[in-house]
Amino acid sequence: MSEGTGPAQRVAIGISFGNSYSSIAYTTGEGKAEVIANEDGDRQIPSILSYVDGEELHGGQAKSQIVRNAKNTVAYFRDFLGQEFKSIDPTAAHQSAHAVQHESTVAFKIRDTEEEKENEVTVSTITSRLLKRLRQSASDYLGKQVTAAVITVPTNFSDAQKDALNKAAKEAGIEVLQFINEPVAAVLAYDARPDAKLADKIIVVADLGGTRSDVAVIASRGGIYTILATVHDYEVTGLKLDQVLMDYFAKEFLKKNKSATDPREDTRGLAKLKLECEAVKKALSIGSSANFSVESLVGGIDYTATINRTRYDLLGNKLFAAFSRLVLHAVEKAKLDPLDVTEIILAGGNAHTPKVASTVGAAFPETTTVIAPSTNPAAINPSELPVRGAAIQASLIEEFDVEDIEQSTHPMVTVTPHLSQAIGVLCISGDESSGVFHPIVDAETSLPVRRTAIIATPREGGDVLIKLAEGSRHIKVTKPEPKPKKEKAEDDSDDSDEDESDEEEELREKTWKVGKILSEAAIRGVKKGGKVEVQINIGADLGVNAIYREVGGKGGVRGIIQGGKAANGSA
Amino acid sequence: MATVQVSLPLPVLPEGWTAEKDFKPIGSLSAANDRNIEPVGHHFLAHARRKRHKRTFSEDDRIQAQANVKKVEDEDDGEISEPEDPLMLQREAKDWKGQDHYAVLGITKYRWRATEDQIKKAHRKKVLKHHPDKKAAKGGTEDDQFFKCIQKATEVLLDPVKRRQFDSVDEAADVEPPSKKDTQKGNFYKLWGKVFEAEGRFSTNQPVPKLGNDKSSKEDVENFYNFWYNFNSWRTFEYLDEDVPDDNENRDQKRHVERKNQNARRKKKTEDTIRLRKLVDDALALDERIKKFRQAEHAQKNKRRLEKEAEQKRLAEEAEKAKAEEARLQAEKEAAEKAEKADSKKAKEAAKNAAKKNKRVIRAAVKDANYFHASGDAPASQIDAALNDADAVIVKLDNEQIAALTAKLNGKKDAAAITQVFKDEVKSLVAAGKAQEGELKSLS
Repeated sequence: MSEGTGPAQRVAIGISFGNSYSSIAYTTGEGKAEVIANEDGDRQIPSILSYVDGEELHGGQAKSQIVRNAKNTVAYFRDFLGQEFKSIDPTAAHQSAHAVQHESTVAFKIRDTEEEKENEVTVSTITSRLLKRLRQSASDYLGKQVTAAVITVPTNFSDAQKDALNKAAKEAGIEVLQFINEPVAAVLAYDARPDAKLADKIIVVADLGGTRSDVAVIASRGGIYTILATVHDYEVTGLKLDQVLMDYFAKEFLKKNKSATDPREDTRGLAKLKLECEAVKKALSIGSSANFSVESLVGGIDYTATINRTRYDLLGNKLFAAFSRLVLHAVEKAKLDPLDVTEIILAGGNAHTPKVASTVGAAFPETTTVIAPSTNPAAINPSELPVRGAAIQASLIEEFDVEDIEQSTHPMVTVTPHLSQAIGVLCISGDESSGVFHPIVDAETSLPVRRTAIIATPREGGDVLIKLAEGSRHIKVTKPEPKPKKEKAEDDSDDSDEDESDEEEELREKTWKVGKILSEAAIRGVKKGGKVEVQINIGADLGVNAIYREVGGKGGVRGIIQGGKAANGSA
Repeated sequence: MATVQVSLPLPVLPEGWTAEKDFKPIGSLSAANDRNIEPVGHHFLAHARRKRHKRTFSEDDRIQAQANVKKVEDEDDGEISEPEDPLMLQREAKDWKGQDHYAVLGITKYRWRATEDQIKKAHRKKVLKHHPDKKAAKGGTEDDQFFKCIQKATEVLLDPVKRRQFDSVDEAADVEPPSKKDTQKGNFYKLWGKVFEAEGRFSTNQPVPKLGNDKSSKEDVENFYNFWYNFNSWRTFEYLDEDVPDDNENRDQKRHVERKNQNARRKKKTEDTIRLRKLVDDALALDERIKKFRQAEHAQKNKRRLEKEAEQKRLAEEAEKAKAEEARLQAEKEAAEKAEKADSKKAKEAAKNAAKKNKRVIRAAVKDANYFHASGDAPASQIDAALNDADAVIVKLDNEQIAALTAKLNGKKDAAAITQVFKDEVKSLVAAGKAQEGELKSLS
């Protein structure tokens, strides 16, 4: 089934296969991505399989088995796939079945049959079983057998891991059309909305997941995406947030029940605590307070408590700050300034937490928009971003032959020259020193590119000069004048905090510095109030083909600037 | 592509600025960085298309636009381009049963594949052309016979039940099975594939498996023929029924006709099943793949048999070899034992001989030593005692010691030296506790 299906009968979905949760989505006839709920009604399906007397449980049902049947429950295994045993970090899977070495790969010792015997099941078999369940859920929902999928992977997934995932998918009867990077899928999910406008943007996708955090800086130029930098972190995670809550509740519990044992030291107590803390965390993303309630937490004692969001924000403050540092670090790594960042897309389940959005937002200037449910009501559910992107990509390439897809994703096609400097026109004055540079094509735009700009002319019309130039972005830092209030502040101790922050505040502005002048052209006799249209075609060989004409006018001026050098390698 | 709007005005052209064609290139772009773009989104697909076909933006725009336009045109002229047979235009509407509804609507190239939408479109086109009012306007007669044919055809084809009945007997859609001669030219799959595709339209189970080609797997081929031998057809022959007379005529007559129709249908259905069975039989007989698989199976079986035989032979050989080896080992062992026995016998004898010789030497030495008598001829008692003692010494010594003693005595003629040797020997015997002091008087 996995082989012979031609593009015609293919039914393709998007799959986001995460360490903690997976999800599946398809694209409707109108081109809208819809996330599919499984039989339990979950759109976020825990990536967990559990075996009870040979019966396979999946998703939420499997997750609740962590308390009762931890030994035969496999969780948090995505990152083990295609890895050697010595290079994995099995901490996350400690609460469930432990990872063991199987030849050089990873396996789990579980009782997955009715027999009283433990089998060593490799992680690829587990993955294949999980994908089979996902495929089944999607097939049941769509009423058609799903045969193909686009699967999202983290940007640092190695080829070996992709191969292993591909194999596992094939075993589950899924033909993998393409692997796409999670952050890019998230961007695609936003850009594929019907009301989305095409603009040149620098987007930061910050994914605060369960077992890892990934930040990617992406240049979006006319719908073409280029990853400029990525940062991965396995310390700042959602599980750590759970841990913070667990510690808090465990301490509160011990305060109330002096004689009781620490629930964190009891396996079942720990599992119960963990499950409830995750639920509390989710509840706090929506409401301002949440109830914690576990029956028989440890030693038969029931425990109920309430926590409000402020408390949670305080508890998690360290992690939130670390996360926003991580985002800033990624921007730095891309050799950009926070001012360059147009948008920050928060992804991953923990992006629901309002404090995450506000902390990250505070680290960036006001020109940067943070897209998260708490800041923008139109935001897409951050947990669903990658899978939606995958579903959209799946619908785009569904009809292509596999070979066609392979050829299109070949480095021959994907490696392209990118502009190192922005190109624009000089406005107001022809002189480089006093002219105002206005970019038409931004830096990091992939070539070839075609852009059009419409530029105003002097009020009275007449002859105008159009100068094309390269420009580079500079950050102008101006320190505000030391305020006279400052002296006063010293005796006013109450104000000292405020003043300190005042002191650090600098005015940062994005300015353009005119670089090399590329060409000059003249349009004569522009009508009063007329506008000039400039179209720039830049080829992969760095040759520029410019067309200038008055809007609504005939004729116009054409000019060619020869490519400085032959294109580097890629034609 | 988005257009950048710049609200700041352009500078005024300075006095005296001139250039050829009003354009003056000055610099060139800085070097570009090579980066990987993400293969995602439809803008990327457009990029990939341009890059792979080496098109520029405007070329790509034009080609894409043309491709889109062509699609629409194809659909359109597909339905109107069929020429109308002048004989068909002469048809009377009352013998509608005899007409080919698809031909009337001009969709013979689709036939049973035609979708409802296509039928509706075709009907509309035909109506526009053949409406009686139009004919009247052209100055023709009020002939609406063909128009009625069109209406009838649409009525049949848009009613799923009636359409099935018509499709069941639509002979124009049948593909005649090729002759044996034709298939031997090597185009079996092409010719029979069409036949089965046409027959497949009657299947209640869709999709119908494809005939495939000479590379199809055994499973596929078996699946295919199983499907056709268990074919479940919806084909009915009601369309060919004789007209049932109206109620007001003879009731018996009506029943008679109905019964006749029923029988005719049943008979045709049976005939059809037989026909299909024969068709599949023919195809199966001509199918090279079946032969191939049988050969392969045969070869497999033979191979297994041969392997078994070889295995047995090998085992027998091995057993034989093992036997021979064992026999050889046994023989070797026996020979070795025999040799050993002989050797030990010889050695014993040699030892005995040597001992005898040594004893002789010792006794001779005793004699040489003048029976340990100081001087002159020894008295008989002394000789006896000396010889007895020498014998006692010999008895107390083992063979090697005797040999050693012999070696010491050999070549010694001097009586004193010999006596000394004996005395030493006795001493060492005493020291070893083998003899008692004074036991060997003559030598002490």
